Amino acid sequence: MDKVKKIFGGDTRQLGMIFALVALIIFFQIATDGLTLTPDNVINIFQGNSYILVLAIGMVLVIIAGHIDLSVGSVAAFVGICVAIAMRDWNLSWWVGILLGLAIGAVVGVWQGFWTAYVGIPAFIVTLSGMLFFRGANQFVGKSNTVPVDADFQRIGGGYLPEVGPDTGYNNLTLLIGLLLVVGVVFGSLRSRRALIKLGAEVEDAWIMWVRLGLICAAIIGATLLFGSGRPGTSFPISGLILAVLVLVYGFVSNRTVIGRHIYAVGGNRHAAELSGVKSKKINFLVMMNMSVLAALAGMIFVARSTASGPFDGVGWELDAIAAVFIGGAAVTGGVGTVVGSIVGGLVMAVLNNGLQLLGIGADATQMIKGLVLLIAVAFDVYNKSQGRASLIGLMMKRLRGGTTDDVEPEPTAATETTPTTETIRQNI
Amino acid sequence: MSEAAGHHGAAHRADGANPPFSVILEMRDITKEFPGVKALSNVSMTVRRGEVHAICGENGAGKSTLMKVLSGVYPAGDYEGEIHFEGQLCEFHNIRDSEHAGIVIIHQELALIPELSIAENIFLGNEEARGGVIDWMATRQRASELLARVGLKELPDTKIKDIGVGKQQLVEIAKALSKDVKLLILDEPTAALNEGDSQHLLDLISGLRSKGVTCIMISHKLNEIEQIADSITIIRDGRSIETLRVKEDGVDENRIIRGMVGRDLESRFPDHTPEIGEVFFEVRNWTVRHPAVPDRLVAKNSSFFVRRGEIVGFAGLMGAGRTELMRSLFGRSYGTYVSGTIIKDGKELRLRSVADAIDHGLAYVTEDRKTLGLNLLDDIKRTTVSARLKRITRGFVVDEREEYNYAESYRKSLRTKAPSVDEGVAKLSGGNQQKVVLAKWLFTEPDLLILDEPTRGIDVGAKFEIYGIIQSMAAQGKGVVLVSSELPELIGLSDRIYTINEGAITGVLDKSQADQESLMRLMTQTSSRGSGAARASA
Repeated sequence: MDKVKKIFGGDTRQLGMIFALVALIIFFQIATDGLTLTPDNVINIFQGNSYILVLAIGMVLVIIAGHIDLSVGSVAAFVGICVAIAMRDWNLSWWVGILLGLAIGAVVGVWQGFWTAYVGIPAFIVTLSGMLFFRGANQFVGKSNTVPVDADFQRIGGGYLPEVGPDTGYNNLTLLIGLLLVVGVVFGSLRSRRALIKLGAEVEDAWIMWVRLGLICAAIIGATLLFGSGRPGTSFPISGLILAVLVLVYGFVSNRTVIGRHIYAVGGNRHAAELSGVKSKKINFLVMMNMSVLAALAGMIFVARSTASGPFDGVGWELDAIAAVFIGGAAVTGGVGTVVGSIVGGLVMAVLNNGLQLLGIGADATQMIKGLVLLIAVAFDVYNKSQGRASLIGLMMKRLRGGTTDDVEPEPTAATETTPTTETIRQNI
Repeated sequence: MSEAAGHHGAAHRADGANPPFSVILEMRDITKEFPGVKALSNVSMTVRRGEVHAICGENGAGKSTLMKVLSGVYPAGDYEGEIHFEGQLCEFHNIRDSEHAGIVIIHQELALIPELSIAENIFLGNEEARGGVIDWMATRQRASELLARVGLKELPDTKIKDIGVGKQQLVEIAKALSKDVKLLILDEPTAALNEGDSQHLLDLISGLRSKGVTCIMISHKLNEIEQIADSITIIRDGRSIETLRVKEDGVDENRIIRGMVGRDLESRFPDHTPEIGEVFFEVRNWTVRHPAVPDRLVAKNSSFFVRRGEIVGFAGLMGAGRTELMRSLFGRSYGTYVSGTIIKDGKELRLRSVADAIDHGLAYVTEDRKTLGLNLLDDIKRTTVSARLKRITRGFVVDEREEYNYAESYRKSLRTKAPSVDEGVAKLSGGNQQKVVLAKWLFTEPDLLILDEPTRGIDVGAKFEIYGIIQSMAAQGKGVVLVSSELPELIGLSDRIYTINEGAITGVLDKSQADQESLMRLMTQTSSRGSGAARASA
């Protein structure tokens, strides 16, 4: 269970958000008479929000470390205009343009990371300054004009997986990715289960695992068929692919690598982390720098999708990304949050946006509803924490898991025990 | 014991029934329980009008708890017993109530706002205002009068952050005087002050006494108490032991110390035969400045050594500089390095960061588990490996299986009570949290393990287990440095004990020489009063 729990983000809060997302999709599917889960609409949701989700990945790390980044929208716009102009004036090919954009993002990140980590100015101030500065820089560089980008470059924002192989009625590469995912999930789940058994740890009943795997696989296959069966020429979007790779990489980095652990440690308790040998300044620097690089990527994806870079790209993105992270279960005080959770949070907002649009509800009411959803999601979390109990959905999940993990194993009392011997401790060292 | 103590106090009341004095405060049979701990049991004390009444006791004896009961921090109903102030039974529900009655407490950590002026601080919460509008003329004028009363030559508009700690302490007293104080409680008022400022403060307290203000003073500095106090109530293990009249009883420091530590050693230490090897860790002439106050030294020319397999105790009262010394050694994680060398295995170490220190086999278990030792959002397994992740990483990737294995085996060998290593550390009891912290540092495979108050806030059973762990570390040939405020613990575990006072090492005693009285004497000795080491060896 632990492994799969991790796939979903590892806590009841995020499982709750996944349920909320599913419920939201079902609701809109019914309310819109099936317009929500059409290939075109789902592709549209992904393409129209992928840049926000890319930002959310960087933002969750920033927020876990205990900071905030308000500059991402402006940085994205600045990088977008720089790349568009460079490609136009210097005739760069699309991949050189992308590398250039990432490099500019890195330089911006070094600037902001330096002030935040090494000078010690709160990230709120540094990035508020960055928000103003890079917005102005965008308009200065582009002279407030719109600069188009060529078709090759447009693929990273608006392109699809190509058609290859025999005609199956579906997009073959999309099917392949779906298949790989299913195999990966099943294999990973079985492997971790075997590992747990080998360690002598408790595992859930086999049928629970299979039910869960069945549900996950059904969801993957459903999505695969949906993406693969769209209008000819459309399939799983490239921007979605970029996003998926980023989720896998950053999910892994945040959970399984030294740097990831250190980010959580610094955000959870900076003093304790420093006294454990963590170099908190370095971590803060890297987190802020990484955010700007991802902002650059998000900016380029957006420019590619909208076929041109303009002076008002990226306005308000920072708030969408921050909202996604907090809906996804991160804590304002730092130390808590997951990459997958933030993506789910972002998708909740995206589906809400899309569904309300399909229902013909105006932008004004949509904004109001989104604002309330953010507040309610976090209030729900705060309330549950103050009550010291898991959410309703969390309790349901616990029941599903068989409740085994929460039973304290019986221990003899201290008085009847001998103290640990030198031998037992030496074994561990 | 408490019965006797009660009678003792009563006897004194009877003695002085024909008064040159009257009683301003009487606390009767105060009992205060926290979940699982009886912090005060049947504490009684009587304070005469116009005297300076000192409260003495070891760290954790219950002095501060008693003062919190008196000042309404713990509201009436939260404790048992009666408080009679000015002849009336009082039930304070908060600090405002007690202040209204004329009792003002000045805490050890000053409650002043650095960015506000002296005058604003003095009248904070008690503003000279009419209809919500502050009368600045009256504020400044009254502030000036109060500053004159405490002998502070500063303008009322000076900001608090621009004056020194000694003057800030005087502002606190001026603030208390602004509330028409009848009984002033000072908690360790001179702990943060240098000698000159301390003397000035003591003179001021004498001056207030002659003007009829009664003072209760908590202090660890016995020489100051001897100098200024009229009466001394001694509290030990949450009980009032006795009240001494300084003049009548001819009290000196030794008499106070005997009262403070007069109990049997608890025989709660596992059997242990030390196998002590050669010196492998040595600190020479270590001097460190306070991080914020450059002219204050937190470690003064300190030298000590540790042998393999040896448990070396460090005794000192709160604020003596034990933690500061250890943290400055641990990769300069505290203060500004001035001079001194660390030698380990014959080689000089230059530890510039905590990571350096860990790499060179040092481990430091912090004094404050929750704010410095643990990330409370984390679970057991992640915490266990957090101080030396590279032991279980390939490239940059954490091997989760090894993480689980190590965490699980430490959980078993240290007997941490938790359902699994996936449990969040926030859910564990104090003793089990401390075991997780110990596991975290044992995982770094240290040669020298520095333990700062390893059993604070832990119940007796867990303490015993932690003692066993400490001894087994020493039995493996590691050096252990044990900083503790509990003298019985230090005496029971240590092979040698250093004493620290005001940042300087004042003496060292072998296990055979160490008893509570001799330690307490060295711990309260100021470096200016002669060489501690000389006296200890005599």
